[in-house]
Amino acid sequence: MAYTKRFDGRKTDELRETSAKVGVVPNADGSAIFQQGDTIAIAAVYGPKILHPKNQQNPEKGVLRVHYNMLSFSVGERIKPGVSRRSQEISKVTEWALAPVVMLEELPGTVIDVHINILQANAGTRCAGINAAAMALAHAGVPMKEMISAVAIGQMGTTIVSDVTKEEEDYEEDGEKAATDIPIAMLSNSEKITLLQLDGQLPVKKMKEVLEAGRDACKKLHEIQKNALKEYK
Amino acid sequence: MTEKKEKREIVIPGEIIASEEFLPGDWTMKQGKNIISTRLGIVEKSDKLVKVIPLSGVYIPRYGNVVIGEVKDITTAGWVVDVKGPYQAFLPLRECPGFVEVSEMENVYGIGDLLVTKIFNVGRTSVDLTMKSRDRSLNKIREGTIVTVNPHRVPRVIGKEGSMITLIKNATKTNITVGQNGLIWVSGEKVESELAAKKIIEFIVENTTADGLTEKVEKFIKDLEDKK
Repeated sequence: MAYTKRFDGRKTDELRETSAKVGVVPNADGSAIFQQGDTIAIAAVYGPKILHPKNQQNPEKGVLRVHYNMLSFSVGERIKPGVSRRSQEISKVTEWALAPVVMLEELPGTVIDVHINILQANAGTRCAGINAAAMALAHAGVPMKEMISAVAIGQMGTTIVSDVTKEEEDYEEDGEKAATDIPIAMLSNSEKITLLQLDGQLPVKKMKEVLEAGRDACKKLHEIQKNALKEYK
Repeated sequence: MTEKKEKREIVIPGEIIASEEFLPGDWTMKQGKNIISTRLGIVEKSDKLVKVIPLSGVYIPRYGNVVIGEVKDITTAGWVVDVKGPYQAFLPLRECPGFVEVSEMENVYGIGDLLVTKIFNVGRTSVDLTMKSRDRSLNKIREGTIVTVNPHRVPRVIGKEGSMITLIKNATKTNITVGQNGLIWVSGEKVESELAAKKIIEFIVENTTADGLTEKVEKFIKDLEDKK
């Protein structure tokens, strides 16, 4: 049977209930919390500040460092706290997703530290992390060319759906894994893509449909980020 | 009044704030045919120029700012001072009033001392300070309380031509020096008056966006006095 109705009753292009807020970590220079359904990410930005040790400084432009971390209670089975291979990879791709919009050339010799913590996970944690981090960077007063929004698009059998949940990620058809997970991060004005990953299988022809769905979802998410930032006084 | 409200619109990075006919000012840039904001802040349009006044973030050192900083290190050429900006500030020996022997530097400004100092040069990755001034207002802090606030709210604490700060000074009978980097030095005869001034400053910082702030602060001061 094909996947025609979603497990939680959403339309195929409908996002989970999303909320956002800035200024949640009082000691950070900038911070934000972003919630997509049961996935909650909190991002804190420290800096721009001087980078030590000095040999890591770049006299041409600033350095952006991202630390992604899943808290041990964020998933059903407790995960070992600390850095893992997975968290290192996500830190790196998040850094690459954020770096093109941050005007690091205006801050030579400095470092901007971004700490992303996942309080609760139900798929799409790297996307929620990027959404929170973009808002936290804006709150920290770091000069940015645009905003970034990210969403996980999925293919269930042959149906394209937006903002997948864990249940959908594990979707099976005839006892075989039939779900594909495609996280996309898109810039708000130029609609350039800064993150595109693919876990599973996808026909090349479908890619256009996936990117269309990603663009629509990112636009909706950008609206939420914008409203949350404008509420900051 | 409605015009004033329009000016206080908050913009986010990447948001289009004006079209081509304006010139991009502080914290804005040209993108295609539009001018966009690069920071979270308030738009200010004047005749031909459009700029964004930031609302949050770390302090950006500017020439001529009076700031309060902490001495972090002593070198043979001068003192390294932390002014809470993205770069460390340096106070050269020659910018210290009077003659100072290199061996005596510690006794003049020791590590951990707080200084009221002025920025006299901002380089690409450096900030230079001076302690020389005609009215001797720049000095080492020896007593009193330090209140730390968001540096972008400092103009509201000072008020129009210092109206707000004079109000606090008169109400609490204290001496207040406001550093542009968000550090405020309060000194009074009694600790109670210093704490009262601190409370008032914190009240102002929390209510910067409120209409009729001066009246609200006056009421707050009156309430404080009634409690005594």
